[in-house]
Amino acid sequence: MISRTEAALAFSPRRVAAMMLRYWYLLRASWPRLLDLVYWPTVQMLTWGFLQYYIATNAGFFARAGGTFIGAVLLWDILFRGQLGFSISFLEEMWSRNIGNLMMSPLRPLEFIAALMVMSVVRLSIGAVPVTLLAIAFFGFNLYALGLALVAFFFNLMLTSWAIGIFVSGLILRNGMGAENFAWSIMFFFMPLTCVYYPVTTLPSWLQPVAWMLPPTYVFEGMRSLLIDKVFRPDLMLEALALNVVLFAAGVLAFLALVRSARRNGSLMQTGE
Amino acid sequence: MSAPPPPPIAVERLVKIYKTVAAVDGISFTLVPGSITGLLGGNGAGKTTTIATIMGLVAPTSGRVTVLGAEMPRQRYRVLHRMNFESPYVEVPMRLTVRQNLTVFGMLYGVDDLRGRIAQLGRDLELTELLDRPTGKLSAGQKTRVSLAKSLINSPDVLLLDEPTASLDPDTADWVRGHLARYARDRHATVLLASHNMPEVERLCERVIMMKRGRIEDDDTPARLLARYGRRTLEEVFLDVARRTPQSEAAQ
Repeated sequence: MISRTEAALAFSPRRVAAMMLRYWYLLRASWPRLLDLVYWPTVQMLTWGFLQYYIATNAGFFARAGGTFIGAVLLWDILFRGQLGFSISFLEEMWSRNIGNLMMSPLRPLEFIAALMVMSVVRLSIGAVPVTLLAIAFFGFNLYALGLALVAFFFNLMLTSWAIGIFVSGLILRNGMGAENFAWSIMFFFMPLTCVYYPVTTLPSWLQPVAWMLPPTYVFEGMRSLLIDKVFRPDLMLEALALNVVLFAAGVLAFLALVRSARRNGSLMQTGE
Repeated sequence: MSAPPPPPIAVERLVKIYKTVAAVDGISFTLVPGSITGLLGGNGAGKTTTIATIMGLVAPTSGRVTVLGAEMPRQRYRVLHRMNFESPYVEVPMRLTVRQNLTVFGMLYGVDDLRGRIAQLGRDLELTELLDRPTGKLSAGQKTRVSLAKSLINSPDVLLLDEPTASLDPDTADWVRGHLARYARDRHATVLLASHNMPEVERLCERVIMMKRGRIEDDDTPARLLARYGRRTLEEVFLDVARRTPQSEAAQ
């Protein structure tokens, strides 16, 4: 039998479960939070879906490229909502002034991160599943028909969203709520560079190498290849995965460094602005 | 012969500097097991930074802090499950019910028989009727009892309290003090209590450490402090220490 000290030192699934339970209690008790998960993805999908429908009936290329806009909207939402789901769960601790309790508890940073990752998938599922069903109902676009490709797209986008969510959470811990805006806006910085709605070749040639440094670029190119040319590109997914491993490790290391820095400058005590 | 157990809290030449300001400036003290010690000082004296450093929330600029033999913050995960704290500057989530909060913190602290422990705390702290109510809907006194329940969920050997009765009415504050005294006695727990409330410190503490501008100005039992300063209450001693200037010391 292991001692309490040994148990405290090991990675603990029970502590991860405790944090998931904490966020589940919060979601369950708050209908505005639940509604918020579905509201924007639905509005986005309907807007872009109707736009695509209009263009497709008036232009030959877009008629051939059926579903690329809606597909891009849904995949972008996985990336954006994945990061937001991670960051908002973290922000809940700052808003409720509970972060001190957690930082002085046996909860380890990697357990905290693990719980936030799982919760981002839970939050995303609550928001995205109804929207994907609406896409079938309104536009006949079935995201699930992408099959195994969708799994590869999803996994790569989630890894990117977690890496960025982890980094942003570290920034907020280190710099206080003044850095909260990063949680809401950082992903939009990547939007033009990751070529969500257009091919990488649309970018100026000097910017294209930058785009290819970002894992989501490979996912969106892969999606267009699948929907327009009907070709699944595993090479793109593997390259995205390799970049994601580097990005995720960098995110975790940055988070740990920012927590250490926060411990040095006392910002874990002051969770205000 | 086995080595004696390490002290519950040992602070050695602790310095904490924020940019250019020394919040704590070379303090040292050691607490004995089962003792209740008061950490007194005005605003900005360094009490909260000292407690945060002991909890591992703040890294020292220099010096050393150990809790139950573990160096903080480097070895904090060896001992955090045996410690806990309460502070008015930190809250438990308000949207969760009292039972949900205690369940989450009980799981984080690895508490066995959590249902039994929550039921017992409910009885001890008169929270049974409130367990299924959202924490945010409770009165200030009830919320303080919930924070206290959270700080006792893991039956800590070391308990740090930062102004545990701030903003409470005299009756509730007295009730909280009584509970803390019983807990420390029954559990043989070591308690460090930062407070501005002199009667509270006089009632609870067998030792008082007085801080001013990040340094320890005095450290003794309440009775000996009263005798040394020729005063009748700790409040008068506190004012003497707070108003003492280098010039007045030189004149004496």
